[in-house]
Amino acid sequence: MAGPAATVITLCVAFLLVAGSVFSLLAAVGLLRFPDLYTRMHAASKAGTIGSGLLLFAAGLHAMEAAILFRAIAGFVFFLLTAPISAHLLAKAAHRAGHRLTKLSVVDQLHGSIDDRDD
Amino acid sequence: MIFIISNLVLTLVWAAVTGSFTPANLLLGFLAGTLSLLLIRRQMSPTLHRVRPLKLLLLAGLFAKELALSAIKVAILVLRPKMRLRPGIFAYPLTVTRDFEITLLANLITLTPGTLSVDVSKDRRTLYVHALDCRDPAGERRAISTGFERRIKEAFPS
Repeated sequence: MAGPAATVITLCVAFLLVAGSVFSLLAAVGLLRFPDLYTRMHAASKAGTIGSGLLLFAAGLHAMEAAILFRAIAGFVFFLLTAPISAHLLAKAAHRAGHRLTKLSVVDQLHGSIDDRDD
Repeated sequence: MIFIISNLVLTLVWAAVTGSFTPANLLLGFLAGTLSLLLIRRQMSPTLHRVRPLKLLLLAGLFAKELALSAIKVAILVLRPKMRLRPGIFAYPLTVTRDFEITLLANLITLTPGTLSVDVSKDRRTLYVHALDCRDPAGERRAISTGFERRIKEAFPS
């Protein structure tokens, strides 16, 4: 395959790669800059998911093969299913273990409720 | 019934992921699906949920939009030299009752701007949500109940 179509696809792949890398980088910067575990999970779960999703999609598009594109999409779907669960479990475990929210926090309605204890 | 449908879906996913739709590979996928479903048969609810496909698409569309906004919002926040954070955890009273609806809502909340599901109460009536900007918990609650929760109820009528 050659000609304008190939150029368009190459440009799309390049754009997706750069965008995906930027989001992944910002997720990492977010992990460093946010003050506590709970705020850090925001960066990891959202920007991380989008970043890896865009990178996977770039790989699928670059290959120009249905089988690989399917695999890339399946990978993205697994990210969507698992990233929130790991973020939720980490936050829940941290709260149970008594890890306090950052001093900037304004409210914590989970603190002290019966749902904040071990079963 | 739900067992057979789940198994067929798993077979298709298997074929997609392994990248081959030959009969032998489909059979292998079907067997792997049966084995996985046997492992979780106790956790599966036996009834088939009613689904409105069009409303499900609306939910997926809303989710795609919110996910994109969410990533951009977090990215901008991270880049700010001085992060203005007012985080907190607020309680969200659930009106959806079935387990899969709660799971879906919790996952959607985590992947959308500024909110993260932390815990669900033991009686499954309250979802504890961490927000990056928790100055207005009532507004956050309203956004969830008129957004995702309404769409979930529309897509899966009881």
